[in-house]
Amino acid sequence: MTPDARPLDYGAMAKEAGLTAFVVAMLAIVLVGFELRDIPGAIALYTRFPDVVAACLIGFFGRIAVILLREGYRGAVVIGGGVVAVLLLIGLLPETLFGTATARAIANRFMPFDAPVVRWCVFAAAVFLALRAAIGRRKVRVEDMKARAEAADRAGARVQHIARYAGPAAGLAAVALPVAFGGDQQVMSVAILVMTYIMLGWGLNIVVGLAGLLDLGYVAFYAVGAYTFSLLATTEGIEWSFWVCLPLAGAFAGLAGVLLGFPVLRLRGDYLAIVTLGFGEIVRVVIQNWYGFTNGANGISGIPLPTLFGLSWDEDPGEGKVAFWQWFSQHFWPVQYSPTYEKIYLFYVILGLALIVNWFALRARRMPIGRAWEALREDEIACRSLGINPTNTKLTAFGVGAMFGGFAGSFFATSQGFVSPESFVFIESAIILAIVVLGGFGSQLGVVLAALLLIGLPEAFREIKDFRMLAFGLAMVGIMLWRPAGLLAHREPTVTLAGKQRAAKP
Amino acid sequence: MTRPLLEVEHLTIRFGGLVAVNDVGFRAEDRRITAVIGPNGAGKTTVFNCLTGFYKPTVGRMRLLHTATGREFLLERMEGFRIAAEAHVARTFQNIRLFPKMTVLENLIVAQHNKLMRASGYTVLGLFGYRGYRRAEHAAIDRARYWLDRTGLLDRADDAAEGLPYGGQRRLEIARAMCIEPVMLCLDEPAAGLNPRESEELNALLRFIRDEHKIGVLLIEHDMSVVMEISDHIIVLDYGRKIADGTPAEIRNDPAVIRAYLGEPEEAA
Repeated sequence: MTPDARPLDYGAMAKEAGLTAFVVAMLAIVLVGFELRDIPGAIALYTRFPDVVAACLIGFFGRIAVILLREGYRGAVVIGGGVVAVLLLIGLLPETLFGTATARAIANRFMPFDAPVVRWCVFAAAVFLALRAAIGRRKVRVEDMKARAEAADRAGARVQHIARYAGPAAGLAAVALPVAFGGDQQVMSVAILVMTYIMLGWGLNIVVGLAGLLDLGYVAFYAVGAYTFSLLATTEGIEWSFWVCLPLAGAFAGLAGVLLGFPVLRLRGDYLAIVTLGFGEIVRVVIQNWYGFTNGANGISGIPLPTLFGLSWDEDPGEGKVAFWQWFSQHFWPVQYSPTYEKIYLFYVILGLALIVNWFALRARRMPIGRAWEALREDEIACRSLGINPTNTKLTAFGVGAMFGGFAGSFFATSQGFVSPESFVFIESAIILAIVVLGGFGSQLGVVLAALLLIGLPEAFREIKDFRMLAFGLAMVGIMLWRPAGLLAHREPTVTLAGKQRAAKP
Repeated sequence: MTRPLLEVEHLTIRFGGLVAVNDVGFRAEDRRITAVIGPNGAGKTTVFNCLTGFYKPTVGRMRLLHTATGREFLLERMEGFRIAAEAHVARTFQNIRLFPKMTVLENLIVAQHNKLMRASGYTVLGLFGYRGYRRAEHAAIDRARYWLDRTGLLDRADDAAEGLPYGGQRRLEIARAMCIEPVMLCLDEPAAGLNPRESEELNALLRFIRDEHKIGVLLIEHDMSVVMEISDHIIVLDYGRKIADGTPAEIRNDPAVIRAYLGEPEEAA
């Protein structure tokens, strides 16, 4: 017991913990308690009541630990949390390490949940409580929110400082990734996906982070880019290559951005968000219903892969064409055909595209247009009084952001080989926006971190796929509580007098 | 008589049934500080918003003359931001409007947007490190440094604008307005909320702007110590009408002004 402990009111404690257990029960019965399974010829309803009971118990004791922590009984929490953590470790580790049936039976005795990830989350919670009690940090109160924001800013500043080295390091790591994993198909697929979202995040960051225009329909431009390329590449008689279509797709998407921009120029904040959301849906619905042009809900298939200076990625490219593996065997050392090469190539393509966006965003911030975007976000009326044309400035932000969305879209089409309206639903816009918000408005490295968290982690959590959105929601709530301005919220000045004076000195 | 910097004729602004400004006409001269005063709700800020393009007048003409080049602008016909960009009329706001999260220096660089935009080849050349843009940016920083020095903000140049004390924010807003290289500077209550010492510094700054930069200053002010001390010419508005127009000495003794400010004498009522 610690000296600042307050006497416990056992009744109130039991009531509070009981209430938590009740809430958990209500949620768990609906979410976890029942499961519909396909059995041959019918659908069966299975129950998982042991899971529900376990969840309630975890909720009950977890709450008690939190109460004890709050009232100052740190020792008890350290011991309790530690004991639980050790027990779970003994129970769960064999299964994760060896995966035998006996080990699984033991793990199931400790905790009835199906997915090991969930069990380990409980373990992590116990460890977290014990550690927190051991370190003894006091609960941060609402009055300290400002101090916390400042601390977040300082942390962001430190990261920005490291970013000078971390950025190139991350770039090198990305370049080395295919080599490091020996071109593992699974890893490359996830890496391509994450990279695509990083690019989209960087693109949207220009619109939302810099210019402050809340765009909930970014996926519309992604769709325009994807369909521009798909239609140009698959329509008989056109069949242009990826590298010809890429600028066109960007131009069309940018045009769509400007077209959307015009009517919504007067809107700001929530109103703009609603209109852009509507625009995103309109684009999807048009694609879905304009059967003659876009092939409707059936989508477009057979979209070709980008070539490498005319080299194809097929095993047998056909008459008059050369495949990459043939060419490589001829000029370097003999290799066998492998579908991995194409994945690695696609990864480098998206890496290059994403780095172009990143380069543009970093440079543009130091250009007058970038400063005007930021100024517009801060105060539009002041901008007008300084002779900045708000219409043009907003339209360029919309157009440039949309153009990058279009690039990403045509890459998406070529890497998947198939597009359909289903890929461009609202949740995609929400995820891209979440990446930007989570990363911290305007922070390039933050976007990378957030994309890894939001896209990479769900891939790791495939086992509990039904609850991925739940975990997603929890993560968002957590961020809003602890880091309301994003993971890396810090604004680096675009120009400093001190820096210029240093530069001017011989 | 030479043509003035600014000539306002028959300016009338109606908001629905409300006549905010009613047939006001006045002139503002180059190298002069012209003050617009009047009780609350007299229509001073409305006149300002009209001059700087935030409102369109219902009736009236506002003619601005660039005395150096002889170019003439009809402000009532110009789109809002063009009044600053082309006619070079700068303004400040009654409730300060800075770019709070940007640094003091950045605030001043943003004010030179149009010039830098041209120098950077509308961003395209600038992206690739075009030398002309770098030179233009250096020039912009030098101009900013000059005004920071003038307003005593040089050592705060790299701090966020929101971190400045109130008086500093007021001065920064004036510095920012001067960075668009105006021919006329419109100040909406620049002394509001300043202590006597800061107010004294403001007077010195405005005199410096008038004498050294040879531009016209148009000023809305409640603080009579500021108005009477630095104005060359005063225009008095009341209920949207102009009730007096003259030098500070004339205004001080004008019966209509005294009536507007102090009310009718008891016995006359």
